[in-house]
Amino acid sequence: MPLIKNGAFVEDSFVTVADDVELPTNGAIVSLARFQKDRDTLLARNAPLGIQLKSAESPETLGQDVHRLSLIVLEFPVFRDGRAFSWARMLRERLRFTGEIRGTGHFLYDQISYMRRVGFDAWDVADGFSLEQFERALHEMTNVYQPSADGQKTIRDLRAQRTS
Amino acid sequence: MPASPAIQVLTANRLRDGDVVYWRNGAWVEAFTDAEVFAEKFAADTALAAAQKFVTDRIVVNPYLFGVRVDGGQVRAIEEREIIRSEGPSVRRDLGKQAREAFDVSI
Amino acid sequence: MYRYDEFDAQFVRERVEQFRYQVERRLSGELTEDEFKPLRLMNGLYLQLHAYMLRVAIPYGTLSARQLRMLAHIARKYDKGYGHFTTRTNIQYNWIKLVDVPEILADLASVEMHCIQTSGNCIRNVTADQFAGATDEEIEDPRPLAEIIRQWSSLHPEFVFLARKFKIAVGATEKDRAALLFHDLAVQIVKNAEGRVGYKVYAGGGMGRTPYLAQIMSEFVEREDILAYLEAVLRVYNQDSRRDNIHKQRIKILVNAIGVEEMRRRVQREFDEIKSNGTLQLPQQELDRIAAYFAPPAFEDLSDGEPSSLDPTFKDWYRQSISKHGQPGYAIATISLKPIGGVPGDANDHQLDAIADLMEEFGISEIRVSHEQNLVLPHVRKKDLAAVYKKLKALKLATPNAGLVTDIIACPGLDYCDLANARSIPVAQDIAKRFADLDRQHKIGELKIKISGCINACGHHHAGHIGILGVDKKGVEYYQLQLGGSGAEDASIGDVMGPGFTARDIGPAVERVIDTYLQLREDGERFLDTYRRIGMEPFKNMAYLEQTYAAH
Repeated sequence: MPLIKNGAFVEDSFVTVADDVELPTNGAIVSLARFQKDRDTLLARNAPLGIQLKSAESPETLGQDVHRLSLIVLEFPVFRDGRAFSWARMLRERLRFTGEIRGTGHFLYDQISYMRRVGFDAWDVADGFSLEQFERALHEMTNVYQPSADGQKTIRDLRAQRTS
Repeated sequence: MPASPAIQVLTANRLRDGDVVYWRNGAWVEAFTDAEVFAEKFAADTALAAAQKFVTDRIVVNPYLFGVRVDGGQVRAIEEREIIRSEGPSVRRDLGKQAREAFDVSI
Repeated sequence: MYRYDEFDAQFVRERVEQFRYQVERRLSGELTEDEFKPLRLMNGLYLQLHAYMLRVAIPYGTLSARQLRMLAHIARKYDKGYGHFTTRTNIQYNWIKLVDVPEILADLASVEMHCIQTSGNCIRNVTADQFAGATDEEIEDPRPLAEIIRQWSSLHPEFVFLARKFKIAVGATEKDRAALLFHDLAVQIVKNAEGRVGYKVYAGGGMGRTPYLAQIMSEFVEREDILAYLEAVLRVYNQDSRRDNIHKQRIKILVNAIGVEEMRRRVQREFDEIKSNGTLQLPQQELDRIAAYFAPPAFEDLSDGEPSSLDPTFKDWYRQSISKHGQPGYAIATISLKPIGGVPGDANDHQLDAIADLMEEFGISEIRVSHEQNLVLPHVRKKDLAAVYKKLKALKLATPNAGLVTDIIACPGLDYCDLANARSIPVAQDIAKRFADLDRQHKIGELKIKISGCINACGHHHAGHIGILGVDKKGVEYYQLQLGGSGAEDASIGDVMGPGFTARDIGPAVERVIDTYLQLREDGERFLDTYRRIGMEPFKNMAYLEQTYAAH
C-alpha cells in the first residue's frame, strides 16, 4: 500500500505482523494486544517498533511507553468513526509522542487535512492516489478557526497580527 | 386491504436533481402511472439487479422495490410514503408530480 | 450583528469550492453515495422524498434584511418559491437539485451565509434566545458567545466525525426560550456570588428515541475558560461514545451510562490539560471585540406610551405578538408563521422580500428566527407598531396566535421527509382549524402543541405541553399523545398517554384533552400546570372515550 509521509511517497520501512507470526529483524508493527502480552520482549528488540491501534483502543493504555515507539498506526475501520482524531491529539498533546502517527484503513481524501491538523504525519493511501490530490486536500482551506496539535496559526492569531 | 407483496414497482431518486423516478423496461420514467409493474418476484429482482448499473453510472441512487396493489384496474402504492413520493406533498397539491398533469390524487 | 472580515469571507468561499469539488467527484464516480453522504450532510444537503433538501444555517437565529432577500432569491431561483424555518432556527428548502448547490452556496457566501455543519455527525448550529439583545431580562446578550462557539466549532478537525449530531444552545435569561435542557450541550450565562459573569454548563440533553434533560457539568466556568471547557466535553464525547448502535450514540446516552459524576471527572481532566496548554483561552479582549458587533442599534429617545390603531384587530395581534423591550418606546414583535390551516414555519419568497422591505422602512436592523418556527422583529418603535401590523396583515403574517394553542410546532413529516413515519403538517392544520376561534384560544391560554412525524423528534414533541408523535402501524399513520412536556426553564419530558390515534381521531382526542383542562383547571393555571397537578388519568380517560364505544 502506498505510503505518503512528509509530502512524498516513501518506502514503508515497517512490516505489519499478525499476532501469531514471528517478528522480522527490522521495523515491525504489532497489535496492542500483542504489545500488552509481550511488552518486554518487544521493547528489548534492537529494531524500530510500531503499534497499530483499533479505533476503540485509546493510546492512554500505552502511557510513557509511547516514547519507546517509532510509529503508532491509527485505524479507521470506516471513515465515519472519528475517534482517531482524538487519539492523534492525545498522542501529540498529552503523551507528547514525537514519532510517526500513520493513518490506515478507510479514510477519505476529505479527512486528510483534519488528520494532519490533529497530528497525523503519514497516510496509507489507495493505489492510484496522487501527490497532487494529497497536496490539494491539505490546502482546500487556507485558514482555521481553532488551535490544534499542528500549531497552525488560527484566524484569531492572524487577526491579532494584522492589527498589531 | 394490502395486496400480495409480490406485485412491485422499482423506484429510485435521480442523482443530479433528486427527482423520484420509476423503472420501465430498462429505463427510468418520472410518472408512477408509467412505471413497470412486476407481478413476479423474479422479474422484479432481475430489474433491481439491472438497476445497479444506473447507480454505478451515477444516474440514480438507492433503487428499491416497493409493494403496489391493483384496485379496479388502477395500480396504487400500498404505503403512504410511496403514494406521497409518487404525487408530492399532500399539503401542497400545487407542487410536485401531482401538479405536472391531470392527476388522480389518492389521499 | 456579526460581520464577516476577510478571513470569514475567505473561509466560506473556500468551503464552497471544496463542496464544488466534492460534487464533481460524486458525479464522476470517484466518490460513492456512501462516501459522499456525510460530506454533503456537513453542507446541509439531504436527499428527501421528492428532491434534495438544503438547510441553510442561521447562526443564533439572526438575519439582516439583505440576508433575508437572499433567502427569498434562493427560494425563487432554485426552489419553488418558499422556505421552511426549523426548530433549530435554520431555514430549509425542499426542492433543490444537487447540481445547483455549489451556486446556491456561492450566492449565500456573498451575503455572509453558509450551510456548514447544519447536518451530519458534527457540531450543529448554535442557537440562542430569539429576544437576545432586546429583552431586559438577560444578564448580557448570549450571541457573542454563540458566535465565538460557532467559529471554534467550524470545521474543528477533531470533531468533524463524531458518533452523532451535537447541538449547542446558549442562554442568558431565567426564562428559557431556547430549550436549553434538551440540548447536547447548553451554556447558561450566570453571575456568581461575587457578581462575576461566567457560565453554567449542562450536557447530555436530547430528544429522539430516548429523551433526556441535560445535567449540570459545571456550576461556574470562568469566561476565559469556556472554550477549553467545551472542547473537553466534546473530546470526552468523541473518545468515549459508542459507535456500534446508532440509537445509542448521542452524548445523552454516555452521560446516563457512566453517570454525571464520572462524566464531570473525565471532562475536568481534559479541561485541566487544555487550559494549561493555553491556546484555547478566551481573553476578555476577544470577547469584547466580538461583543462589539452585537452592540444594540442607536435607539431613539421615545415615549413609552401604549400604541393604538383604528384597526379593531390590532388589539388581538398586539396582545399575543408584543413582548417587552429593554429600551423605552420600543417593542419586540413576533411574526407568527402559523396561519390557521397553513403550513407551520413556511414563508414564501414574496413574504421574505416584503419583510426585508418592512425592516428597511421602519429602521429594524435585524430579524430573528425562533425555535418555535416563528420570526421576531427585535427592535420595533412602539409608534410604528400599528403601521407594521398593517403591512404584516397584508402579507398574511399577522395571525394573532403567537404562544396560543394554534401556534403549533410541526416538523415537515412524511409529506417531505425521508425519515418520517407519518405526516405531521395535516395534523397541525386540523388542530389549528378546530381551535381557530380566537376567543376560545384566549380562554385556553398558553398551550404548546408540538408534532413530530417520527422518533427523531425534529418537531420537539417531547417538549410539548401536548406532544404528538406520528408512528407507522402496519402501513397506517397513527399518532401518540404525550402530555406535560416543557422546553422552558421548567423543562420536562412529556408522558406518553397510551395507544395511538388514527389521523381522523387525533384532532378530536386533542379537543377532549383540552376540554378536560378547561373543566378541571384552577385559577390562573396553564394547561401544563393543571396537568402537573392532576396527572395523566383524567386526560387519558377523556381522550380514549370514543374508543371505548366505537367499533373499529
